Amino acid sequence: MSNPSRDARAVIVGAGVVGLACAVELLDRGVSVALHERASSIGGRACSWFAGGMLAPWCEGESAEEPVVRLGQEAAAWWERQTGEVTRQGTLVVAPSRDQPELRRFGQRTDHFEEVDGEAVARLEPDLAGRFSRGLFFAREAHLDPRRALAALAAKVLAQGGAIHLGSAVEPAELDAETILDCRGLAACEVLPRLRGVRGEMLILKSDEIRLARPVRLLHPRIPLYVVPRADGHFMVGATMIEGGARNRISARSMLELLGAAYALHPAFAEAEIVETGTDARPAFPDNLPRLVRKGRVLHVNGLYRHGFLLSPAMARMAADAVLDPLAKPEMLHDLAA
Amino acid sequence: MASFYGFEPKNPLFLGTAQYPSPAILADAVRRSGAEIVTVSLRREAANGGAGQAFWGLIRELGVRVLPNTAGCHTVKEAVTTAEMAREVFGTDWIKLELIGEDDTLQPDVIALVEAARILADDGFQVFPYTTEDLVVAGRLLDAGCEVLMPWGAPIGSGRGLNNPYGLRSLRQHFPGVPLVVDAGIGLPSHAAQAIEMGYDGILLNTAVAKAGDPAAMAEAFALAIRAGRLAFEAQPMEARDMAAPSTPVMGKAFLA
Repeated sequence: MSNPSRDARAVIVGAGVVGLACAVELLDRGVSVALHERASSIGGRACSWFAGGMLAPWCEGESAEEPVVRLGQEAAAWWERQTGEVTRQGTLVVAPSRDQPELRRFGQRTDHFEEVDGEAVARLEPDLAGRFSRGLFFAREAHLDPRRALAALAAKVLAQGGAIHLGSAVEPAELDAETILDCRGLAACEVLPRLRGVRGEMLILKSDEIRLARPVRLLHPRIPLYVVPRADGHFMVGATMIEGGARNRISARSMLELLGAAYALHPAFAEAEIVETGTDARPAFPDNLPRLVRKGRVLHVNGLYRHGFLLSPAMARMAADAVLDPLAKPEMLHDLAA
Repeated sequence: MASFYGFEPKNPLFLGTAQYPSPAILADAVRRSGAEIVTVSLRREAANGGAGQAFWGLIRELGVRVLPNTAGCHTVKEAVTTAEMAREVFGTDWIKLELIGEDDTLQPDVIALVEAARILADDGFQVFPYTTEDLVVAGRLLDAGCEVLMPWGAPIGSGRGLNNPYGLRSLRQHFPGVPLVVDAGIGLPSHAAQAIEMGYDGILLNTAVAKAGDPAAMAEAFALAIRAGRLAFEAQPMEARDMAAPSTPVMGKAFLA
């Protein structure tokens, strides 16, 4: 490991999605950056590795508060500009016929969608023809492959002269640098006592029998789940939301719920291969909104909860504003200990 | 006011803590409703880890009584294990015993419920059993050591209100001295008021508040409905009748030609 850089103007700890986004944003604005990551590979110990990668601000409005919907609208353009990895095909929301009240409820809580009937569902997703008679289509939403996007950001950091130190577990407060960004996620919970972990579990399935063009959300009163298509017949199925940061393996119950949702979406998923299961804990503050927290030289960028890819662009913009102008007051900034 | 194992809340709203948009909104709902008791579901895996304590910490900060529940349990053994873990995590003998017998309706398995209630009551737990309005099962639960009963209004999360008002009224009349709480199926404050007007002692609900557009406002609406229902019950409502009864006398009025 190299000496935590004296020469770089900003040192970032944590190369999950928000750490990398901050690095790229700062480099874009002419700040030199050194990034420290405890894992030996990009994403190796980051919950963003297991993300769905949905850039779906309006859908998130179903349960998230207004800032998530508004700030999330910056995401698709930012990711497109920085990585070129964005797929703009919208989001389709469907519900089994017996759970139609959930679809009505979802529609009441959200906007920027059109109601679609069975024929429109079939036009959007031919493989779902005849399976759902009603749905909501959020045409302006997008998605990306989180792992490719993280790799693309890391490549961009290096291409622009930034340094990335892998396998480098440093303590942000002990670093000798004028500006330190702590982007460690849940690992910062000892210095951010209000931070908690919300466990999420996901699967990656592979099926050659089904094609989806866009993320599909399947509503159900107990377990709202989504299936996100990825390259080569892979599908990400997520994600549970369990209070508690314990990071062990996926539970049988969660696996059943995730597979049940995939099967309810299309029975051909029963024949899919289970390529991977993943479990991690999302960092969240009590209001489930992200925060910038300034503590002396350290600026924490944390609490992105289930919105890592959706909100990293806005949080990186605000973090860069705060780094470049100590008097700036970006909206998510909390000056006192959170 | 009824006593639940020695605790006499002024506000008998038992508020569930699941499915809120965030813990901060949950805290608002508890404060605004003045609820004194919250129920907490203990998913087993979440109780294991150190960092998992953060959410329970937020619940404790609310400063209200915690009624842990065994939501999602399907067998006696599972429910008893979960209850034991809940006692450890929350330091309370209270347990809302929920044993699901049917997955589509989330109807309680009342046979297993009676058995689990007996095991837990013998072990010193103070059991709040989630049951149906069945009178015979209610008697068995009391025999098993339960001092509170929690019959359903309708299936969990359905928001249908009181599916069987006759059955619930009959349960109330059969067990006049037993604290009774309608648990599950409440969708609107008027449903809660209806149960309290019948003489029920409390209302347990979660989805109707957590999934409302403004959970804190809805929580307050439920608190007001429960207060209205209680006042009405104590004020002794009039009996309904088939024929109109004029509220002012007709006899003796001057006829206008």
